Amino acid sequence: MNTWIRVIILNLFFAGLSVAALAQPDGMARIEGGTFMPFYSSTEDSITVDPFYLDKFAVTNAEFLEFVKANPEWRRSNVKSVFAEDGYLKHWAGDLDLGSDAEKIKNSPVTNVSWFAARAYAQWRGKRLPTLYEWEYVASASHDKPLASRDKEFVQKVLDWYSRPNPETLPRVGQGKPNVHGVYDMHGLIWEWVQDFNTVFISGESRGDQGELKQFYCAAGSSAASETDKENYAAFLRFAFRGSLEADYSVGNLGFRCAKDNQ
Amino acid sequence: MNLIEILVKNIIIVIVCTLAVVGCLPKQDNFQPENAEIVGEQQAKLTLPPEVPPPIEREDATKLIVDLEVVEKEMRLADGVEYTMWTFGGSVPGKFIRVREGDMVEFHLKNHPDNKLPHNIDLHAVNGPGGGAESTFTAPGRETVFSFRALNPGLYVYHCATAPVGMHIANGMYGLILVEPWEGLPEVDKEYYVMQSEFYTEGGYGERGLQPFDMDKAIEEDADYVVFNGAVGSMMNKNAITAQKGDNVRLFVGNGGPNLTSSFHVIGEIFDKVHYEGGSRVQENVQTTSVPAGGAAMVEFITEVPGNYILVDHAIFRAFNKGALATLAVSGEEDENIYTGQQLDRVYQPEGGAIQELPQEKRAIPTASTTEERIEFGRETYMSVCQACHMADGSGIEGAFPPVAESDYLNEDPDRAISAVVHGLQGEITVNGETYNGVMPRQNLTNEEVANVITFILNNFGNEGGEVTPEQVERVRQQEASTS
Repeated sequence: MNTWIRVIILNLFFAGLSVAALAQPDGMARIEGGTFMPFYSSTEDSITVDPFYLDKFAVTNAEFLEFVKANPEWRRSNVKSVFAEDGYLKHWAGDLDLGSDAEKIKNSPVTNVSWFAARAYAQWRGKRLPTLYEWEYVASASHDKPLASRDKEFVQKVLDWYSRPNPETLPRVGQGKPNVHGVYDMHGLIWEWVQDFNTVFISGESRGDQGELKQFYCAAGSSAASETDKENYAAFLRFAFRGSLEADYSVGNLGFRCAKDNQ
Repeated sequence: MNLIEILVKNIIIVIVCTLAVVGCLPKQDNFQPENAEIVGEQQAKLTLPPEVPPPIEREDATKLIVDLEVVEKEMRLADGVEYTMWTFGGSVPGKFIRVREGDMVEFHLKNHPDNKLPHNIDLHAVNGPGGGAESTFTAPGRETVFSFRALNPGLYVYHCATAPVGMHIANGMYGLILVEPWEGLPEVDKEYYVMQSEFYTEGGYGERGLQPFDMDKAIEEDADYVVFNGAVGSMMNKNAITAQKGDNVRLFVGNGGPNLTSSFHVIGEIFDKVHYEGGSRVQENVQTTSVPAGGAAMVEFITEVPGNYILVDHAIFRAFNKGALATLAVSGEEDENIYTGQQLDRVYQPEGGAIQELPQEKRAIPTASTTEERIEFGRETYMSVCQACHMADGSGIEGAFPPVAESDYLNEDPDRAISAVVHGLQGEITVNGETYNGVMPRQNLTNEEVANVITFILNNFGNEGGEVTPEQVERVRQQEASTS
């Protein structure tokens, strides 16, 4: 190969890299768009997700503390009850005090935050919450496959986490392996809020729900391929969890991470 | 007595009689649970299995408050086997709830903040959508409340109905609620709570460690464990349920499933009464009753004879291979009028009184050239022919099969042992001070084999040694069969 051409190609390559690095918001992973099948759908209605950015890690207690310092209306004692119920940030010792375990929990994901509070945090950071489909798309990736919902080991790990009660103190974020998109802890750490958590409605009476939910119910119960079934159940548990929420709830194992449009 | 007097007297008699009859009748003759007046308010007392809350003594329907907390935690499924159970009240099955027909039950479902998942409850005793499930979908760290009127007396299953329902049930979310008829159930001496269910684990039965739920097996209905009250051996040995001889025992039997129907049976008992399907009808004199998944039955019986009574799912491999066993231990005096215990145990000889001959296939018999070889070949014969009765260590079985170890009977005169083998032996003998009165069948062995096996015995088990030759065996064989 001609040396000149090689140099030009190399230069173009590095230029491309630096452009990408500039465009990449801090602490976020660029998610290339893609298509996936939510657990309840058939091949015809697979979902396409456009490229976007997603936080590599869930928002931590320390980060959320910065937010409430800057935004007094989101401190525990000030927050309007319509935006956050009683349990809001209850694991903290005070408005701006993480308590005696501060060192231990500062890098753990913040939980006991309402959807309203999570959304306000995201806006303050110039971001937004991921949509349900964006979240599910990224969550269907294992550390080496973009779509791992048929990977038996991956699915079993996810199911195992759903089956275990919470640890007393949540571990810090980012301890595991990132998935193929470079995102950590989509499974195995906490539940996460999404922008439209309540658009897919699951009532308490899951067996009688009509329409969409009936579809879920059949999807989870009737498929013949056993690995698909398992993944169905894992996704089913997530959808059921989201269905039990209201936007003002604060739950001990429910936190969030932020997303950003690709511009 | 004039006519008016008679008339007045009769009227008085009629009134008195009427009053008497009315007085004898229960206070609420036409009891309508939906219209029963609610008097006061009470907290329901719930119990862990196998206990049952005491009968309800109240005269009136009340507002009954039931608090049930969902707890997800690791629990024992079998020795060395743990499982993450999702529980109603901290146990599998969940706490027993006892209400009375006509009560207004205010149900509080609390989902512990440390739990991962939302849960709800469908009580089969409820008339209303989802049996309460619709009103109790509860995120971790929250509490929901709904009320229902207990309209239908009977024994009912409750369970979680959150998606995916099968998984919530398979992980332990079921229990029983009794709606006592307003007039109460007949008094009994003992009441117990027994609930069957299955578990589907990644590892097979008994595989140690924390076992995750196996969805594939659950779909195939291929259970690893079928158990009573949430674990293998939950009601065995020191945890057995108990009664006295003559007690009237009532078992509240439920089946949480998720898949299998129970063929519920108590070995050695006949159910005097079964409220089959948990309903109002009573069947009498029942051996085995079907308890469907998501169903229940009340069974009653009198414990006539002391002893251990084993509760099983009579789909019997579930009992002996998957854990569906429990014990009811009944204490008290024997009653030979009902059951004598063993009266006789002897060898059954279809060919009459003669000593039996055990047929054996033709074998190639090696010839021993040294005593060592004779002992070695004899060992093989002993292991294949003799050890079933005389035991591998020659100790025999006391009272049935005499020992050949340190045996005075053998050492004093090996010919007696040879004779026993070639002719068989019947009648009383004394070995090491113990009297045996059994039958040893004649063994179909060659002289060589007999010589080998007796030599083996003489040189083992603490005996005094020696060697028996085939010629010696032949000589004994030619003698008449000895009877002593």
